[in-house]
Amino acid sequence: MDILFDNLPGLLIAIPLLGAFLTPLLSRAGDSIRNAWVLIVTGLSSVCGLLVASQVLETGTIVYTFGVNTVSNIIPPDSGGIPIRIIFTIDPMNAFMLIIAAIVGFCITLFSVSSMERLSGKDGFFTLVLLLIAGVYGMIATGDLFNFFVFLEISSLAGAALVAYRIDKGVAAEAGLKYAALSTIGGMLFLVGVGLLFAQYNSLNMAVIADRMQLTGLDIIAFVLFFTALAMKCGAVPMHFWTPDSYAMAPSAITAFLVVSSQASLYALFRVCFTLYGGQINPLTVGWVIIILGILSMFIGVTMAIPQKDVKRLMAYHAVSQTGYMLLGVGVGLAALSSTCLSQSIGVMALKGGLFHIMNHAIYKGLLFLTAGVIMYRCGTRNLNQLGGLGHNMKWTMVFFMIGALAIAGIPPFNGFASKLMIYESTFLFNPLLAVIAMVVSILTLASFVKVFHSMFMGPKLPEYENVKEAPTPMLIAMGILAILVVLFGIFPQQVVDALVAPAASALIDYQGYISAVLGGA
Amino acid sequence: MIDSFTLSTGFGAWNAVFWVIAFLIAFIIGWLIWSRGEKTYDTSTSATASFLSGNAEPEKEAVHIRAGNLYWGYTDALSGYYRFIKPLHTGNLSDYFLAYLFVTALVLIVVVVLK
Repeated sequence: MDILFDNLPGLLIAIPLLGAFLTPLLSRAGDSIRNAWVLIVTGLSSVCGLLVASQVLETGTIVYTFGVNTVSNIIPPDSGGIPIRIIFTIDPMNAFMLIIAAIVGFCITLFSVSSMERLSGKDGFFTLVLLLIAGVYGMIATGDLFNFFVFLEISSLAGAALVAYRIDKGVAAEAGLKYAALSTIGGMLFLVGVGLLFAQYNSLNMAVIADRMQLTGLDIIAFVLFFTALAMKCGAVPMHFWTPDSYAMAPSAITAFLVVSSQASLYALFRVCFTLYGGQINPLTVGWVIIILGILSMFIGVTMAIPQKDVKRLMAYHAVSQTGYMLLGVGVGLAALSSTCLSQSIGVMALKGGLFHIMNHAIYKGLLFLTAGVIMYRCGTRNLNQLGGLGHNMKWTMVFFMIGALAIAGIPPFNGFASKLMIYESTFLFNPLLAVIAMVVSILTLASFVKVFHSMFMGPKLPEYENVKEAPTPMLIAMGILAILVVLFGIFPQQVVDALVAPAASALIDYQGYISAVLGGA
Repeated sequence: MIDSFTLSTGFGAWNAVFWVIAFLIAFIIGWLIWSRGEKTYDTSTSATASFLSGNAEPEKEAVHIRAGNLYWGYTDALSGYYRFIKPLHTGNLSDYFLAYLFVTALVLIVVVVLK
């Protein structure tokens, strides 16, 4: 048993990868066996993710090296003090992201088992789902820049194939192509940045590079390449154009996990700013660049969402808008922490708010995309102009949608309110105008979701949906898990902040701690 | 016990329990006002009918305001903004690359200048 627990970080990737490669084989034994297999694999990898996270939160950063027996062998004696193997470095920030991926990963698989029932090509579909999950876990857990690039590519390629999965008269294929092309360009520029750092520091390990960082001209170029590639992958305006195309065309459960994939890129962006270049890059400048991207994302995202008639495209623009809140919170955190005029507590609170919003957004946006998936599954359309009166027959879906919509609009007592309150209050003390814009965006978000709620669920029963049925049970369970978390995180926000968010924020700020966890104070 | 529900923002606090209690109190007040209302009026007369400039009220079952008819005032008021912002979303992959490279160049200039 001990050997299993000692190797949990490795299993985190091994289980979904092995599961993915065996899925086409098991598909030959029938749909039920394949579905059970996929659920077991996702369930196990989610349990692994949660166990690793709980270990990290209890005992501190885990440094897991592939191919060594003991932690003391992380740095081979003949390597010149450089850890040369594949190393996963999981601190409370990584643990925080692992929890998000574990929860949403399981829910979307449970949902997909039911929602993909009528479609063909499910062996390929579930193989790609497991590869996407493995890619995201790898992006979160790795402590090595080249490994990060590899996992980024795995998740991007699996994501692009899943976006194009339904083809849909070529529209989905086009969306998948756009996602793949942009991800590839972003990935390649990221790789150029990795090369620039490797050429100077002889290492790909983040802790080693952070320790040796000199901030040369090449380092700055590498920083910009990392920064923009990751900001584009998380859908920051004005690099967000792929988001509505891809999110709208992907199967809804996949869209819910693409949100988590984007947030893994957001995590990496924060890791680059706080850890890799921690104490070297000008935090005020970078903080304000992040803030400006955040404000643009919030405002343009929500204003583009309101006129949309395709429910998933509308939600995709809201995903862009909500990413803006996270960027705003963390940007203010970065800028305020470096300021000599402002209290450090403002920066810490803004950072906590931004991070807490990542978790909340993954949960409520996942829930909203799943409700959109149910509507597609039962009504066969995403066009809001063609929908109406569904609340008569789809009461559970309506309740879940309401919970998600109120949470994204920041209405108490749901989870979105708690994180937005932390962002509003800290941002107001940093710069009141930013807080005002954030609040206006929340009001517009509410207006937009009132429109969606009215268009889909209110009004008399339409003849074409007279006999429409409620979602199948697995879909309801998947949505129910997320809805319960939305409510619980809203009613007990302090517990979540104390247990998960505060350690993550502290880990992000303490880049010396990250370095010494890997190099042992070397 | 109640403190465990309080989120401290460092500059203020938020307690979900107080919100739920306030919501319940507002609901009870609303219900009390409603319950003390006039109960004797006859709903079968036109006294309760909507007045739509003298036009007949359509059957409720026949009316559903579709999404396209909502917020026309908002989009009309911001038509200038939308005339600018919508054409930027061309759907053309070349434009996506252009935006990405533009931001990369801009961030590089900002970070170098304000190093």
